[in-house]
Formats: sequence, structure tokens, C-alpha cells
Amino acid sequence: MSDKPIYDEMWGTEESLRGPYQGFHQWWEGEDVKGLRAKQREADELFRLTGITFNVYGRAEAEERLIPFDIIPRIISGYEWQKLSRGIEQRVRAINAFLYDIYHRQEIVKAGRIPAEMISRNAAFLPHMIGVEPPAGVYTHIVGIDLVRTGDNEFYVLEDNARTPSGVSYMLENRETMLQMFPELFSRNRVREVETYPADLRRSLAACAPKTAGSSPCVAVLTPGIYNSAYFEHAFLADKMGVELVEGHDLQIVDGRVAMRTTEGYKPIDVLYRRVDDDFLDPLNLNPESQLGVPGILDVYRAGRVTIANAPGTGIADDKAIYSYMPEIVEFYTGERPLLENVPTWRCSDPESLAYVLDNLPELVVKEVHGSGGYGMLIGPTATKKDLAAFRRKLKARPSNYIAQPTLALSTCPIFTRAGLSPRHVDLRPFVLVSPEGIKITPGGLTRVALKKGSLVVNSSQGGGTKDTWVLED
Amino acid sequence: MLGRTANGLFWMYRYLERAENTARLIETGQRIALTRLDSTDDEWRSVLKTAGVFDGFGQLHDNVTKDAAIDWLLRARDNPSSVYSCICAARQNARSVRTALTGEVWEAVNRIYMSAQDVLARKVSERDLPKVLGQIRQGTALVRGSTLGTMLRNDFFDFARIGTFLERADQTARILDVKYYVLLPSVRSVGSSIDNVQWEIILRSVSARGGFRVAYDNAYDPKDIARFLILDGRMPRSLQFCLSKLDSNLTFLANTYGTEPAPALLKVRDMRRGYLDQDIEHIFELGLHEFLQTVLNDLAGLGRQIEVDYRFYE
Repeated sequence: MSDKPIYDEMWGTEESLRGPYQGFHQWWEGEDVKGLRAKQREADELFRLTGITFNVYGRAEAEERLIPFDIIPRIISGYEWQKLSRGIEQRVRAINAFLYDIYHRQEIVKAGRIPAEMISRNAAFLPHMIGVEPPAGVYTHIVGIDLVRTGDNEFYVLEDNARTPSGVSYMLENRETMLQMFPELFSRNRVREVETYPADLRRSLAACAPKTAGSSPCVAVLTPGIYNSAYFEHAFLADKMGVELVEGHDLQIVDGRVAMRTTEGYKPIDVLYRRVDDDFLDPLNLNPESQLGVPGILDVYRAGRVTIANAPGTGIADDKAIYSYMPEIVEFYTGERPLLENVPTWRCSDPESLAYVLDNLPELVVKEVHGSGGYGMLIGPTATKKDLAAFRRKLKARPSNYIAQPTLALSTCPIFTRAGLSPRHVDLRPFVLVSPEGIKITPGGLTRVALKKGSLVVNSSQGGGTKDTWVLED
Repeated sequence: MLGRTANGLFWMYRYLERAENTARLIETGQRIALTRLDSTDDEWRSVLKTAGVFDGFGQLHDNVTKDAAIDWLLRARDNPSSVYSCICAARQNARSVRTALTGEVWEAVNRIYMSAQDVLARKVSERDLPKVLGQIRQGTALVRGSTLGTMLRNDFFDFARIGTFLERADQTARILDVKYYVLLPSVRSVGSSIDNVQWEIILRSVSARGGFRVAYDNAYDPKDIARFLILDGRMPRSLQFCLSKLDSNLTFLANTYGTEPAPALLKVRDMRRGYLDQDIEHIFELGLHEFLQTVLNDLAGLGRQIEVDYRFYE
């Protein structure tokens, strides 16, 4: 980490109150800590009662945990948001164009901008998708772009979540909770609404329906079931959209279409918002062990008779090795310079980069190419000698499995503690919907916060929490 | 709606009804043990039988004691019909059909689950027992209340009600069958205190003492008790009442779906015609035990038919 002071969302680097926080700060001055403590407990109780929980993998199956919620909002000005959303839109367009290209003519490879083996040898590349025309031409219907901030005008994209980004239910429930607990905050600040997300999602999905669908396409959410860590979110979204929540064993291919078993017989589905990984989608065409998918669904998809959102094979776009090519990808397909920065990334498959990474390990963050959820990564500055040594061995054994990045000084945002406000590192995941009607970005997104002082890991599976995220109407 | 959702709703409400009934049986057993000095641990044996959990209990216990019986009925993880297991199963089903429930119903189920996690984590002392049982009954009442107050009257609601009344009919038939002999004229010795205890147990087990007093005076007459629990359409736990509810909810389904009456509905109608259109004397002539066995078999068959008719599994 550099010696540059850490940027705080509320105080900047100069300890002077930033514009977007003025209304909030005025309110805060009039509050007493004891009263707020009771409010924080009230919030926790609310979450527990509504069952907003996630299941923890590798634990007793019944264990459900709350993601800690912090009552201090993360506030973004309208101007900042406008800039961010332009960059996000550009990036998401590029990702869709990239996916179309690599499953068709592979112009980007022919142009020499990405090495062929980056695609063909990539575990997330799905050969079944070669030459397939996804309904409405959309690959990534729902995208979550993970952003971090290091200074006033410095935002970086940390990750593109192009498979099945999760967390949107927390964005919505965090706002609901804040509205219930602190209505006065919303009378004082003009906060842009997020609650239209489920309706937007449904409209966006329906707009991507295949040609076989009628005028009101049937949409359903496919979940792996109640033991999945994000089951709450699957049920939540189906509920708020007013569509069925289905599991693999509810579905069958009937007359060449995907159909669900209802009390009145089989009924065809036009758009399936699946929260099941590619590999488990179709035991006939993919992993034969899968109990979660629908045998033959890929054949129906290829025949253009169902929309799968996101499309199979989109994982290649959020692969961490591909990530390092994102600036080229954006330029190649949009003809513009990227509006959002990529974090400089060393691909350890390259011998020179590997040598650099090994030499500078204590300053770097090392990630597995296909890892997620903050697992299997090394944060150099906070790692023990033993961790460093173990990672050196791993890097030498399988260099192509890793990338490395400088340890970014993520911005902080105050959280509410016993002592009052205290800064913690945060990131931001805005949610993006893609359809032929356009790209829609919900103002704000999910702010994840590392609750441990000094920690840079914001993942909920590793003790991170969340905050309500405001975008102000300037 | 999905067949799986219908299945989940059906079982969610069955389990809640069962949890409530088991809580009531424990209350009854405890009440008798405390007030009737001549009662014995045999009474707990019959409570276990009524709840249909005696066999499971016997596999782990050599003899029946009050403490062991209460714990088995209330908290045992190994007993799938214990109050605790039923509440967990109800919530598990609720989770799987979350999208079919209103927010209020889901919160009510979650609330009873959280309170069960809390109060049933450790053995419940005799002193705390009334409070704990009260809490459970309140919890199930809250689910029922929010169901009636907030759910759309559509097929979701019908499956919830069908689960409730199928379980309830089964429970009432079982309570009567375990005690049928005390209602028979042959062993009836008028005014004997033993019979009075047994009749009181039956009425308490279905929360019907007050209702019975209003409907039939204060004098316990076994024939009246049988009539009240089997044929009286005013009594919300009688077989007559439960079957009429099953009839109307299955009829609603047929109307909603615009189909001919399903085989399950025809079965309910047969049951009502076959043995609820007669008077109680006739049932005694047939043999009360035989009659109740037929009812229990028919109810089990009805449950299976509903699964098939509405594609719960395939």
C-alpha cells in the first residue's frame, strides 16, 4: 500500500465534510449514540424476523446467518453517479459484444488483441455456445460491477460479475429497513429510489424472451433449492417480481419447450432467470451428476425456444485472467477509451510477471483465476510469513492459476460502533440490467464493508457487512 | 402454481396443525396428572398413542414416565412428530414455498420457529411448561390468523386449508380411537369417576369442554361426546366439520381450474355420504372402533389421492 492517506467517503482526505454527506451530518449531530444503538438492535431484529439470511457453506445445513447491517449510509453525489454509470454502461456493452464475438467469429483473437489460448483453454469457455444466437442477442442480462475507490476521482473496477451476481436483495432490504427506521433522513435528503428494481428486472427479462413466446412471456427463477447460500435472495426476487420460483425437478422438456409442473399440468416457461451455475444446468449436455438442472435444456436453448439469463458460457467474461484484458476489450468493441479504470494486473502465466510477483509478494494481492467470494486469495501486506511461503509454492507450481494486483487503498466509510463513527473499508456493486430496450443501472447498488478495523476483505462469507447506498438527486 | 408449491403449503399447514395438537395433548396429560390423584403413568402411554408416537418412544425408552413422555412429545429431535420437529418442518416447508406466502404469514412462521429454538433448546421444567405450551399455541394461532387475514383466496389458500383439515380430522379420529372403549355402552358404569376422567380427557384434547357444555349441557354422556366430535358441524374439530371444509376447498380448486371434480373430491363426498349422513346410534351399531379405523384409512387414502391429483411429486 502506498503512503497516500486513505480516502474517506464522508471526510475525503482533508478531514473536511464532503458535500453529499452534509444533510446526513446535520442529522447525525442531533442524534445520541445510545438511541442509535437501540436502532441498530431494532434493525438486526427486523432482518432476523423477515428471514433475510444466507446459508454458510461447509456448516451444518440448518445454519442461517445474518449479514451484518450497518445503519450509516454510503452516500454518492448525483454527479459522481452520472460519471460512474456512463463507465459501467460502456463496460457492459463491451462485455456483451465480447461474448458474442468469442462464440462466433473471434475477431478479437484474429486481431491479436487476446491470445487464442486465453479463450480456447479457458475453463469458463463453453463450446456448446459456439455459433448460438441468444434470444434478443443478450448474453449478460444481469451484471454486477464491483467498484472500489481510492481518491476523489479515482474509481477502479475490481471485478465484473457476469454469471449470476448476487446481493441485490440486500440492496433492496437495506433501503426498506432504513426507510422504516429513519424516515426523517429521507425527508431531509433527496435519495433516488431503488425499489423499482424487481419490476425493472421482470420487464427487462421479458423483453429478452424468445420469438416463440406470446405477448406476455412466462418468466421464472431457477434456484438450486433451500440449502443454497443465496436461497433467500432467489425467493425474494421471485416474490417481488411475482413469478414462480422453480427447482430443477419441477422442470421438464415438453414439446420442445421448457415447462414447469403445475397443479394443472405442465406449463411452458419462456425466460428462465437461473441462479444455478453453468455446469449444473443440464445433466444431459454438461455435468451428468447434476440434480439441479433440466436434462436437455441446452438443446431447447440452442433451438431458440427459451431464454436463459444469464446465457450459458458468460463466465468467461468475468474470469480474472480475461479481466486483465478488459481495457483492450472495451476499446476493441466500443472504439472508445475505457471510462472506468482497471486495476493493473499481473498475469502470473507470463514468466516476467511471475518473477515480479514473487519478488514483491508482500505488497500484492494474489487471486485465483477462477476463485470468488474472497476464498483462495492472498493479501500480501497482512499475510504471515507462513502464508507468503505457501503462496510462493503455489505460484511456482501453477502460475497460470493466479493473477496479482497492487494492494489498493480502498476508501473507507464510517460505520456505527460503540464509540460512535469509525472508518472501515468499503466497495460498491451496482446492478445492471441489459435488454433490447437498453441498459438500466439502479442508482446505488450494494455497499459491502469490512467490519474489522483495517481489513480489506468485504465479502459476506468472510465477516463483511452491508450498508444502504444512496445516490442523491443533485 | 407449481405442484411442489402445493405440496409445500399442504405440509406446512399439516405440521403446524400437528404441532398445535401435540401441544394440546401434552397440556391435557399434564392437567390430568396434576388434578386426578388416581391417574397413573398409563395415561401418558395413551397420550403417546394418540399422538401416534408410541412406537418410536418405545424403541428408545424401557418404560413410560411422565418426564420422558413430555420430553418426547415436546422436544425430541428423534421424534418427527414432536412439537419441535413439527415446527422445524413447517418452517422448512414455508421456506421452500416462501413466494406463495404473504410477508405476514412468513414472519409469523419465522417467529414461532425462533421462539421454539429459544424455549425448546433445553429441557422444559414443570414450572415453565404451561408458559411454553401457551407460547406455542399462540404462535400457531398467529400463523392461522395472518393466513386468514392476509392470503388471497386462491389455490394457494386452498392447499393450506386442505393440509390443515386433513391433519385435524386425522387427529380427532385418532383421539377417539385410542379412547373408543370408554365411550362404549358395554363398559359404561354410570357416574363412575374413571369414565368421567376419560371423557374429560377426550374433550380437553380437542379444546371442546366449553363448546360441549354449551351444546349438550353439563352432563357427560358418552354418546353425546361421540356425536359432538364426529357428527356435529358446529364443532370446528369434528370429523363433520373437517370433511365439509375439505369438500369446499377441493370444490374451490375444481372451480378455479375449471375442471371436473377431481378423484380426491369424489372421495371426500363419498366419505361424507357414507358415514357422516347417519346418526350416532347407527355408528355405534356398526362398531365405533371399526368405524374410526375406516375413517383413518380413508383419510390416509385421501392424502395420497390429493398428491396424485395435483401433481405434488410428478
